[in-house]
Amino acid sequence: MGKPQPKSSTLGRRKFIVATAVAGGGLMLGFRLPVVAQIDVENGDGIKPSGSVFEDIEFNAWIRVSTDDSVTILVSQSEMGQGVFTSLPMLVAEELGADWEIIKVEQAPASRAYVNSLIEREFLGAPITETPDGRLASIWAAIAGSLATRLGKQFTGGSASIRFWAQPLREAGAAVREMLVAAAATQWQVSPAECEVDKGIVYHPSTDRSLGFGAVARAASKLAVPKHPVLKNPDEFTMLGKPVPRLDIPMKVDGSAEFGIDVMLSGMLYAAPRTSPVFGGEVKSYSSNSVMGLPGVTAVLPVPHGVVVVADSTWRAQKASQALEIEFNNGENSNASSGSILANLLAAETNEDGVVDHANGDVEAAFAESSQVIEAEYSVPYLAHACMEPINCTASVSSMSCEVWIPTQAQHQVQIAAAEAAGVSEDDVTVNTTFLGGGFGRRGETDMVTQAVLASRAVGRPVKITWSREEDTRNDFYRPMAYGRLRAALDSNGNVTGWRHRIASPSILKRRASFATFSGHDITSVEGAANLPYQIPNQLIEYVMTETPVPVGFWRSVGSSQNAFITESFVDELAHAALQDPYTYRRELLVGKPRFQKVLDLAAEKAGWGTDMPAGWGRGIAIHKCFGSIAAQVAEVQISATGDIRVRRVICAIDCGQVINPDTVIAQMEGGIIYGLTAALFGEINIENGRATNGNFDTYKMLRMADCPVIETYFLEGGLPLGGVGEPGTPPIAPAVTNAIYAATGKRVRELPIRNHDLSF
Amino acid sequence: MTTFTINGQKVSVTVEDDTPLLWVIRDTLGLTGTKYGCGIAECGACTVHLDGAAVRSCATPVSAAEGTDITTIEGLSTDASHPVQRAWVIEQVPQCGYCQSGMIMAVSALLKDTPVPSDEDVDASITNICRCGTYPRIRRAIHTAAQMSPGEDT
Repeated sequence: MGKPQPKSSTLGRRKFIVATAVAGGGLMLGFRLPVVAQIDVENGDGIKPSGSVFEDIEFNAWIRVSTDDSVTILVSQSEMGQGVFTSLPMLVAEELGADWEIIKVEQAPASRAYVNSLIEREFLGAPITETPDGRLASIWAAIAGSLATRLGKQFTGGSASIRFWAQPLREAGAAVREMLVAAAATQWQVSPAECEVDKGIVYHPSTDRSLGFGAVARAASKLAVPKHPVLKNPDEFTMLGKPVPRLDIPMKVDGSAEFGIDVMLSGMLYAAPRTSPVFGGEVKSYSSNSVMGLPGVTAVLPVPHGVVVVADSTWRAQKASQALEIEFNNGENSNASSGSILANLLAAETNEDGVVDHANGDVEAAFAESSQVIEAEYSVPYLAHACMEPINCTASVSSMSCEVWIPTQAQHQVQIAAAEAAGVSEDDVTVNTTFLGGGFGRRGETDMVTQAVLASRAVGRPVKITWSREEDTRNDFYRPMAYGRLRAALDSNGNVTGWRHRIASPSILKRRASFATFSGHDITSVEGAANLPYQIPNQLIEYVMTETPVPVGFWRSVGSSQNAFITESFVDELAHAALQDPYTYRRELLVGKPRFQKVLDLAAEKAGWGTDMPAGWGRGIAIHKCFGSIAAQVAEVQISATGDIRVRRVICAIDCGQVINPDTVIAQMEGGIIYGLTAALFGEINIENGRATNGNFDTYKMLRMADCPVIETYFLEGGLPLGGVGEPGTPPIAPAVTNAIYAATGKRVRELPIRNHDLSF
Repeated sequence: MTTFTINGQKVSVTVEDDTPLLWVIRDTLGLTGTKYGCGIAECGACTVHLDGAAVRSCATPVSAAEGTDITTIEGLSTDASHPVQRAWVIEQVPQCGYCQSGMIMAVSALLKDTPVPSDEDVDASITNICRCGTYPRIRRAIHTAAQMSPGEDT
């Protein structure tokens, strides 16, 4: 082998090979494949295991074709249950013409090759782009685009994986197909146009000749990459749009799927954190001696807001972290409570002007001319993510480099955090993404990375830190508490002529992207409120950014999680005030929005809207658009005279543009609904004395089997652009259920969770 | 020292008596299919079979395992051929998959005692937590598994 050549691609060839080697060692997400990667023999920069006669030819950041005809597809997005480990390879394989039966899938390393600025742009800019006022949209797009380029973010979130990777992945597949065809055609001395591709084989039908991908891969890889590969027409699809079994499921029924918490390295130690119970508190003092004599304990070291105890097993580390004598400076938040924080939000809404996030018409004139004014106050509590896999991270630090194994949604953020804690450059941080035991936004954070890297650096060995469930619940970045005051003007026919909504809540972006909170705006706080689908001639939506002591972050569907509840409940109130049916009332407000109307109609029709229900039963409807998809849901609830509630059935209709893997879309609707239903019924992080009082599942209640409704999902394909499916299932369920409660009992739930209300009738 | 049989293999471990069986299975024996979720027997991610019964290993001290016969997800079958595992694939149950080892162990124990469970049996017996919301598919898969092999032993 010759000397390695300078890197020719943005992928970072050497790092890539290191990561591949790790995969062969069974430490990375993916199938347990032997490493047959001899990525570039000519450059001598590859791996050739003994006995292997095959080699992988790398075509681009996503596709390797082996001389044994198999195709490996790299997935840059994190698999957290949403199915990208199958749906993204489907997009590549469809255009490539690969044989799905022998497809191999690998988790990609962190690399700038996998940056997609559209995701960042969408994440920060979605709601505003839908307002009639295009001014803010252009500012947002510019800021978000430049941020994405500057940070080079590889991120899984915003229900974005299919939406923004479909086109580049299809093009990547089509380009390689054209190269393979061109190589075969050259060998046969025929025109590429006379060739066809099916299941990993190139055919020349008129002469009945064929060549497997592997036979032409080497020659093909030397050809110029087509700049404008021809994509299939949708009617030519053989896989896309059909239910394809998930590739990760076999690993998830026999215990072999590797999550972050399962990572084991030679010589590895185990760690557990002990952090300030009060938000923002710091360590005042601690006694290492109080635990250093305990079995297996090897170190106690300071980390931000707490300490980490290192031992030779998880249990010993956890036990010692609890036994540790430690004192905290609670700081200025030790008197905060849920009640005081809500009072602050209310006061801010009352006393401060805030900023205008949407305005059209003349809302004051509408109120002056109205025949009826409806007013209401709504609020929602903080929510924890409660991923099933508790927060964890494994790090191995040397003086020159740092390697991290982590279930993360944010590979580049991990590199940044690890580099800082390890004292190395970002390029010297290797990130190995494992399967995620749930993400929901929590795993876009990097607090656990800092802890693991500091611990490994201190003890000079690999360290895996695992949080207890209590640490996980009490050190989250929570869905913000939010308060909303709404006012609507109705004319004499009950038509809504004016809508004013003032929101007070803490800002997520202030911490995550403070540059984006210019002039007091945070679009994640108003998404779903500042972009109502309804034709209301006079609107004013304002936001009062209000600091609270509790860290807040992205939680499945973000601002839509509260704003759909608030706006869809209030629309329901208006329908009832106007003595109209909530479904037809919405339908009329959606005039000129045929996609919304069709989704609403489908949900209503499948639910049997308008048919009689027994006493104590009620039906509620809600519709919401977020992350590019429109979802409508009808919930049927049964409430006993004593107020016990059972959600019996949920009908969900979704228009996500185009369905890639139908069964995955159904699964995401089921999951999104149950996630939102848990929050609507039970979800509430209680703050007392500056700390979360909930700790484990006994005090942070989850929906279980017996509570779970029947869920039916129906699609509408409204055409491009593609919409997301990871989050849009969540927002409509809370208002669908509370609207159903109103229908059953006449009681209007304006503060979540529902369990705090007496529903007896 | 505590001695027990796990997935057909006799093992002896020397750890503190109060160490939860879960951490012995995961850290000491390296069988990571059994998951940690809560540590207080609330979520069921750690469910294993102890002398044939489903137990939550996070709240079972290793001392209670002395002389017992334990089966984890890795030992439920050698080739994922157990009816519950096959039903899980047919119904495409897992999303993130983290809770599913515990679910499968809980369900396989249920089917051993109640080969054809009713929905009420399922509600009463399967109390594990899944945050991805796979419950509708779990219910379907339980009925699929029950039809697949009525009365088949785990």
